[in-house]
Amino acid sequence: MPCADPPLEALRERVLEAADRAAPLEIVGGGSKRFYGREPQGEPLSTVALTGIVRYQPSELFVTVRAGTPLAQLEATLAAEGQMLAFEPPHFGPGATVGGMVAAGLAGPRRPWTGAVRDHLLGVRVLDGSGRLLHFGGEVMKNVAGYDLFRPMAGALGTLGVLVEVTLKLSPVPACTRTRALPLNPDEARSAMGRLWGGAEPVTATWYDGETLYVRLAGEEPAVARGERRLGGEALPETTTLWRDLREHRLPWFREPGPLWRLSVPPAAPAIRLPGDWGVEWAGAQRWLRSPAEAGAVRHAAAAVGGHATLFRGGARKGEVFHPLDPALLTLHQRLKAVFDPKGIFNPGRLYTQL
Amino acid sequence: MLTDTKDKLPPSTGTPAERLAALRDELAGWLPGEALVTRPETLRAYECDGLPAYRRVPGLVALPSTAEEVARILAAARWHRVPVIARGAGTGLSGGALPDPDGLLLSLARLNRILEIDPDNRTARVQPGVRNLAISEAAAPHGLYYAPDPSSQIACSIGGNVAENAGGVHCLKYGLTVNNVVGLRMVTPCGEILTLGSEALDAPGYDLLALLHGSEGMLGVIVEITVRLLPRPESVAVLLAAFDTIPAAAEAVAAIIGAGIVPAGLEMMDNPAIRAAEDFVHAGYPVEAAAIVLVELDGTPEAVDAAAERVAALLREHGSAQVRLARDPDQRARLWAGRKSAFPAVGRISPDYYCMDGTIPRHRLAEVLAEIARLSKDFGLPVANVFHAGDGNLHPLILYDAARDGELEKAERFGARILELCVAVGGTITGEHGVGVEKLDSMCVQFAPAELECFHAVKRAFDPDGLLNPGKAVPTLHRCAELGAMHVHDGRLPHADLPRF
Ligand SMILES: Cc1cc2nc3c(=O)[nH]c(=O)nc-3n(C[C@H](O)[C@H](O)[C@H](O)COP(=O)(O)OP(=O)(O)OC[C@H]3O[C@@H](n4cnc5c(N)ncnc54)[C@H](O)[C@@H]3O)c2cc1C
Repeated sequence: MPCADPPLEALRERVLEAADRAAPLEIVGGGSKRFYGREPQGEPLSTVALTGIVRYQPSELFVTVRAGTPLAQLEATLAAEGQMLAFEPPHFGPGATVGGMVAAGLAGPRRPWTGAVRDHLLGVRVLDGSGRLLHFGGEVMKNVAGYDLFRPMAGALGTLGVLVEVTLKLSPVPACTRTRALPLNPDEARSAMGRLWGGAEPVTATWYDGETLYVRLAGEEPAVARGERRLGGEALPETTTLWRDLREHRLPWFREPGPLWRLSVPPAAPAIRLPGDWGVEWAGAQRWLRSPAEAGAVRHAAAAVGGHATLFRGGARKGEVFHPLDPALLTLHQRLKAVFDPKGIFNPGRLYTQL
Repeated sequence: MLTDTKDKLPPSTGTPAERLAALRDELAGWLPGEALVTRPETLRAYECDGLPAYRRVPGLVALPSTAEEVARILAAARWHRVPVIARGAGTGLSGGALPDPDGLLLSLARLNRILEIDPDNRTARVQPGVRNLAISEAAAPHGLYYAPDPSSQIACSIGGNVAENAGGVHCLKYGLTVNNVVGLRMVTPCGEILTLGSEALDAPGYDLLALLHGSEGMLGVIVEITVRLLPRPESVAVLLAAFDTIPAAAEAVAAIIGAGIVPAGLEMMDNPAIRAAEDFVHAGYPVEAAAIVLVELDGTPEAVDAAAERVAALLREHGSAQVRLARDPDQRARLWAGRKSAFPAVGRISPDYYCMDGTIPRHRLAEVLAEIARLSKDFGLPVANVFHAGDGNLHPLILYDAARDGELEKAERFGARILELCVAVGGTITGEHGVGVEKLDSMCVQFAPAELECFHAVKRAFDPDGLLNPGKAVPTLHRCAELGAMHVHDGRLPHADLPRF
């Protein structure tokens, strides 16, 4: 390391000491996504001392930031320069950190049109289970030197190491953003979403709650205005908080009790016959389901249309939360985990029972 | 199963040549005759890829037609402990598909079918030997296309694109191969077929789909790929601007990005490249200019009009006396013609050229080009620069004559210095062409031993017997130690104060 970095050194010591005892560690940022994945276990290892924006030069379209930095702080800094994280990450709580956001790998309403967290991740520094600080990727848009070991950190839920620093690609905030609301029945909504997915209008989000299809358009004003004319429906005020509330699961739809499933399916997949309430995002590719159905039935139904199902929130966390992997793929996962975390100390069991 | 299969392998017996002969006999037992190449004249056709400075005649070539055949071949090769080198179209520029005289070259060229176009989900499911451009052609009737467009797109295979994580002119806006592939099927070295990714927007577990991108045939053989298709933009505009100095052109590029505009393409050429291209295709490029910048904008007509106006103003503000705008397809093709033929154009003015592929932070562009010009004088070898300015991906073309004693080695040393420079300013030794055999030494500059160890461990996780494309992409720690190369830490060379470039 070029300079002394006391918070990092402290983390490294904890990791080495835990590895020595083979004692599990729960990596915690703001704790905002502790509800996600299987039950956390292990002694908490906090990343919140690793804060700060390391490098940010707006015209370079990237930012390098320490993992414990509050996501809200990063977003405010970017907004002041007219930039944003195009994958529109959910916070799920005021304390959300940048590292937690990458580890959870969750993206918001804009995802189908701009890509996921992994599509905007350019590089990481990660502390592995042997206390090595590893640097993969970098700060440039194109980089194929060495295997891509940075993108797989997104969504690994901390099971491969402690993210210390991440570099993210940035996008300009669109000049103009507007929302239309169209009252449609489920069949009409499905074909409308299909047309939007295949079409050229500058759509950046859709939400269907069973009664109304909401569509967000963003870009240059004339292009947005044309999209509005073609879509019809009613305009929502530009100040609407609909999309933020959707992203944060604060809409009334999400407040109903019961386990919440997330079905990730091909956008044009047919309607899935399962009892319960459906809320559909991502032009049909992300379907939320509140249902009393058995886990096996939900998984089977998602797989039958080429997708997978996650017990997102409010369900039993002792069994598998994420869609089970086939055995050969699971073996490969275990081997990859062993490369970074030979003692199995990082967030054991958070992603899968055997990881 | 992946686990413990190692135990079932018989102990290695015989010389590499004997093992290869045993594999040949076994494959001859069930592969159709024309799918197995053993005649020396025919084997020679596979001796190199797009980097002809490295050549080796393969011991054996197999051309399977199905994924199941690929799986069976891999299982057999593993049984006989024969290394396997996958090959797509052989257009790679880093020697990734360089054969092994004691190995099997596995050509995917016959797996060349487009299996399905799904316009509703905007995906295409294809075999790995399908040419990049063929996907867009097949999708065109649906108003769709496949965005990543390497200059080699009429020839290169989609499997090779995945294995190299290929880029292209339109990657600035639409991403690299990794951002446009949603799923793939790969064969493990044991001959098992795995599915990674899905037709949904994500898949459970680790993102092994990303890990396979750019893995250069070292982790698995890709036998099927599902790509995302995009709706054809309704409207496209191309602007060409000439500049008197390179720094002015670089500033203009930064200004466009800084203004929040995301062009579909943003390319730059320096004077030697402009002249070579103009001599070759007569695109009407301004041959006196120090640099030209090409900007492509796409989207709805309304959005393109608005953006074109803003870009033209920015280009003028930053000193371009000459800005041309093309809207119709013919005019646009003309403006692009020079850029698209830049490599062959340079090939006409020099007996040989060596194409480099470093990426740098965009704001270091002018400085790095000045340094390359200085190195060019030192080495006495001219350079023409063509690059993806929008994302900082440089392609310096070093002109040399292989017939002259020592000139290839000189060109390679010059190239290595350029890559060292890219790392020193915070960039990387390869943006899209891969490491192959060509940049093994430069890897020692970019990565510390700990990361290299990780790469080797990941390789072992996928390929415990080390039979897939051995020796490529990741140098041994021993090699780096021998080389005595300095790993550049945090974009800072040790003793950065010493004059070096
Ligand atoms: C004139 C010219 C212009 C070029 N322009 C560009 C450009 O703009 N952008 C760019 O990115 N590249 C460019 N390239 C480089 C090259 O075309 C790309 O790297 C391309 O992706 C290689 O594809 P291929 O099918 O020829 O692969 P090959 O050269 O056959 O193989 C490349 C590597 O991939 C592995 N491989 C191939 N197929 C498979 C498979 N099915 N499974 C596993 N591994 C496999 C091989 O083992 C090898 O390591 C250019 C090359 C030329 C000659």
